[in-house]
Amino acid sequence: MLTAAGTPADQLAIAPSATRSSGAVALVVRSAALAVAALLVLVLLLLATGHDAGAALAALGRGAFGSWYAVTSATLVRAVPLALAGLAVALAFRAGILNVGAEGQLLMGAATGAALAALMGTAPAPVVLVAILVVGAAAGGAWAAIAAYLRQRFGVLEVISTIMLNFLAQYLVGWLVRGPLQEPTRINPQSASLPDALHLPVLIGGTRLHVGVLLAVALALGVWWWLKETAGGFRLRAVGLNAAAAASAGRVRVGRTVMAAFIASGALAGLAGAVEYTGVTYALYDNFSPGYGFTAIAVALLARLHPLGVLATAVLFGALQAGANAMQRDAGVPNVVVSVVEATLILLVLAAERWQSRAAARAESAT
Amino acid sequence: MTSGLESVSGFLEASVRTATPLALAALGECVSERAGVINIGLEGSIICGALGATVAAGVAGAGAGFVAGAVAGVVIAMIFALFTVWMRADQIITGTAITLLSLGLTGTLYRTVYGAGGVALSIPTVGVVAVPGLSELPMVGRALFAQPLVTYALYLIVPFCAWWLMRTQAGLALRAVGEQPTAAIAAGIRPRRVQLAAVLFAGAMAGLAGATLVLAQAGTFVEGMSAGRGFIAIAIVVLGRWKPLGVIAAALLFGGANSLQTLFQAMGWQNIPYQLFLAVPYLLTLLVLAGASGRVAAPAALGRREFGDAG
Repeated sequence: MLTAAGTPADQLAIAPSATRSSGAVALVVRSAALAVAALLVLVLLLLATGHDAGAALAALGRGAFGSWYAVTSATLVRAVPLALAGLAVALAFRAGILNVGAEGQLLMGAATGAALAALMGTAPAPVVLVAILVVGAAAGGAWAAIAAYLRQRFGVLEVISTIMLNFLAQYLVGWLVRGPLQEPTRINPQSASLPDALHLPVLIGGTRLHVGVLLAVALALGVWWWLKETAGGFRLRAVGLNAAAAASAGRVRVGRTVMAAFIASGALAGLAGAVEYTGVTYALYDNFSPGYGFTAIAVALLARLHPLGVLATAVLFGALQAGANAMQRDAGVPNVVVSVVEATLILLVLAAERWQSRAAARAESAT
Repeated sequence: MTSGLESVSGFLEASVRTATPLALAALGECVSERAGVINIGLEGSIICGALGATVAAGVAGAGAGFVAGAVAGVVIAMIFALFTVWMRADQIITGTAITLLSLGLTGTLYRTVYGAGGVALSIPTVGVVAVPGLSELPMVGRALFAQPLVTYALYLIVPFCAWWLMRTQAGLALRAVGEQPTAAIAAGIRPRRVQLAAVLFAGAMAGLAGATLVLAQAGTFVEGMSAGRGFIAIAIVVLGRWKPLGVIAAALLFGGANSLQTLFQAMGWQNIPYQLFLAVPYLLTLLVLAGASGRVAAPAALGRREFGDAG
């Protein structure tokens, strides 16, 4: 395990689907079955805790999809950081890199954005806005590069190093918002709020949906195309599936590929932070991210590490979180109940994978 | 001058107090990792242990609270083991799910049972038991000998763990599973049983850590009160280089860093950014990891799903 070659993606629970013949129908059936099962768990939990399950589910639906405003300003706004961070996780996992540091990379993207906003006060707004996004992505990539370097140079497990880097990013933000980046009155532990000119433009008038959603869609398409059609994407997938084979048979430079994939993954997460900062929060503070980087792991897994699937699962998780808040408000159900649903989904995917691989093994031995 | 001494003594006392739950959880994780299983779901066992301890202590007293905490931790660890040890699913992904599951479950149950506002519960807690004489020692007396009983339990568990892991057949078998599973199988060891036992032990220790948070420190349950301690425990295991005695030293370091804030306040150093001090142990862990390459490192089969030879 402590080798530069790393974890083959087929060792991961969710190997990218090798059997294309099963096709889209099977995927839809599978996803629907998972969704129904997760919903069942939610209903059971609601009943067990003595809530009115009907009213709670109605509130959940209303909060997520009940109105134009709910769809755009609650569900889709939450889906944007989840999609970007989900892409980050999916890209890394496809390369056999267990990047559990999306949370820290996201925070570094947001923190660098806030620092840049403070430093570039007088520059033209569009320039600053673009710079925040670019430098935010670069910061996320740089944060990931530390773990990538430690893995390449010293064989440090990236799971462990990225957990450390998450803590470091969190404390760095804690210090920044009480120190160099604290708002001018020096009362609250948060950065000065971003001037209107530096906000990401709103996409649809009367809603909170910002252009970050376009960025997420474009990047998902880009990553999908890149993985599928380019030599670099092929090398990344080859390394993820079997690093040793890629090196010996394909003459792939595994170290370089892993390094690049890890940094690209971090950059996507960093961008998620910068987009959230300029599109939603307009300030940096202690609990800037409600665990987007961790939920992103679930988002990526449920999408079976497929970039376009990530868009769909990000909307699903965005809807769950938006709906959960409505459920708490209108039906008195604690909103943390969605964490149970999210966890159930991950565990169901793991169990389904196990079941599928056993069925495949049986089919193979039968022939 | 005396106030300075008192501050330092108070700081040491707070460090040991803060380190106790960290050490409990990390010791369990250490054993689990030596058997080749990295459990990111430790956080889940801690928070479920905390809620279990709260409920049971309210009904049957603090002693029952500790037992219930350990049991709750084991139950969560069983789910983790079902997926990782039995199904051989990925440990990191399962652990992430277990943490999410536990935080959601405890939050839901707590708010349902005790109300949305989270009424401050009054439950029996355990106090400090000062050892006569020894606790009078200057500086370290209160830190080492005026602590709750659970801290003293560590004084016994740590050397026992170190001895068991390094000096017994069973400990050797456990380490073999974590380093060379194929060799272990050839020697007649059943890796799954060993890993199951190790994971459940880690769950019990994490549950105890959660119970300690409630019964010996906070005196009540707070949603999300595990506050990343499961992940800190993993850092502690690394910094302690996968050895029980090292783990204790590392836990004290992390506990100390977390207690610096109070020391700074007592000394009137308000302007020192304590977040940077909180970050120091993590930075140190990264440096140790980098320095540890080639010498002492993680168990060779850590995190692997198959028991075959390393690639």
